[in-house]
Amino acid sequence: MKKAYLLTFFFILFTASLLSAQEGDLLSLLGEEKTTDYTIATFKTNRIINGHSIENTAAGVLDFKISHRFSPVRQGVYDLFGLDGATLRIGFDYGITDRLMVGVGRSSHEKIIDGFAKYKLLRQSKGERNMPVTLSYLIDAQIKTIKFDDNNRENYFTSRVYYTHQLLIGRKFNDRLSLQLMPTVVHRNLTVSPDDKNDVLAVGIGGRIKITKRVALNAEYYYVPEGQIVGNYANSLSLGVDIETGGHVFQLHFTNSRDMTYKGFITETSEDWFFKNDEDRLLSGIRFGFNIARVFTIKKPKGLD
Amino acid sequence: MKKLMFVLAMLLAFGTSAFSQKFFTRDAKIKFNSDTPMEKIEGVNKSATCVLDAATGKMEWKVLIKGFLFEKALMQEHFNENYLESSKYPNATFSGAITDLNEVNFAKDGTYTAKVKGKMTIHNVTKDVETTGTIQVVGGNLEVQTNFGVACADYDISIPSVVKDNIAKEIKVMVNAVLKPMK
Repeated sequence: MKKAYLLTFFFILFTASLLSAQEGDLLSLLGEEKTTDYTIATFKTNRIINGHSIENTAAGVLDFKISHRFSPVRQGVYDLFGLDGATLRIGFDYGITDRLMVGVGRSSHEKIIDGFAKYKLLRQSKGERNMPVTLSYLIDAQIKTIKFDDNNRENYFTSRVYYTHQLLIGRKFNDRLSLQLMPTVVHRNLTVSPDDKNDVLAVGIGGRIKITKRVALNAEYYYVPEGQIVGNYANSLSLGVDIETGGHVFQLHFTNSRDMTYKGFITETSEDWFFKNDEDRLLSGIRFGFNIARVFTIKKPKGLD
Repeated sequence: MKKLMFVLAMLLAFGTSAFSQKFFTRDAKIKFNSDTPMEKIEGVNKSATCVLDAATGKMEWKVLIKGFLFEKALMQEHFNENYLESSKYPNATFSGAITDLNEVNFAKDGTYTAKVKGKMTIHNVTKDVETTGTIQVVGGNLEVQTNFGVACADYDISIPSVVKDNIAKEIKVMVNAVLKPMK
């Protein structure tokens, strides 16, 4: 009989231990869930300053762009430090899917109409799938619609057309720092002189440093190796600030480029940030500029209830 | 007498094991909304995880912040990047238990009201919370439903003064899940 008591005692103890679960134990019963965490918000918008960033406009979203570039600041107070000599670009970017976006725009300088398509080939991620960078491909076409200078010569429509191909390789290192590399080729059907190359190869580098949740500093530099463009030209350098509010991103910057189209700022930037003129005076080619982006949801995503 | 003790002991051991069933889900629906005259904010997560131990009433929830979907993509980006900082704190969790476990009969089909108390962790801040919900036992599954409020300030979610009128002081949260028995 004593054995029976002992047996039941142990039985009770056994079942009692089954009843006590520990903190955190329950969820661990489900086992490890394999997920991939795709990096978001590498940059605040789909442009760094003049050129594109690896960010895409989300599917069904319209991103309205207004940009201004002004004359050099050295023009002084009479011209309101260049503000009187404004050029503008108005553009509409649209996300077809989360990876494919398109856009159109028109600039006042040379009355250029531009259109582009950008596709995200690889997305930076960690977890089940590890990808160190986001890789996008951009194709941009620009058409100069301004009247030809000389109507006495044979002018071709194709002379108005320029193409740009770009690979955008970007990485969000952490919450604060994102960097991007942009190997680029700008194709000009018509060049200024026979010694100018039709295909100009350039390498761009850009990045941003986030200072607060809604403010970031960014920089963008496009280097054009020598031997491609005849005459004096400058590499485009831009430094700016991104300020994000609810629906807008305000990008305020200083740049030496007058144009907002690829063929313009990569191959036609004429003055460096600091240069010496013919009289050996030190001058600055710095201009002020800004981009404003405003997003509108056109097509609501499905499956939200 | 000894036989009675023996039988009683057996009953105790096996009697309680009838309720030692665990229930779980990997696609619980959690919806939250903030309605102000300035803006309407709503997010839905359809893949929250929950495990409930019917024997003790203990319950654990885990929700991936990046799993909340919004109508506006930019709102979703701001929610993750600026407000909840989901790259630093990827999940919101709850760990607690049903306090009035006797009120719920997991073995019998019916609708029961249950009080739940425990610790909620959002944005790396843990708070004691309490709510009431319903558990509907249907064909061996548990249909769980509850509503409660979450104050942004409680969890160190900072709202910039520019948009302080756009976000409600207390966010309404609605939970709907079907918990199935765990094998």
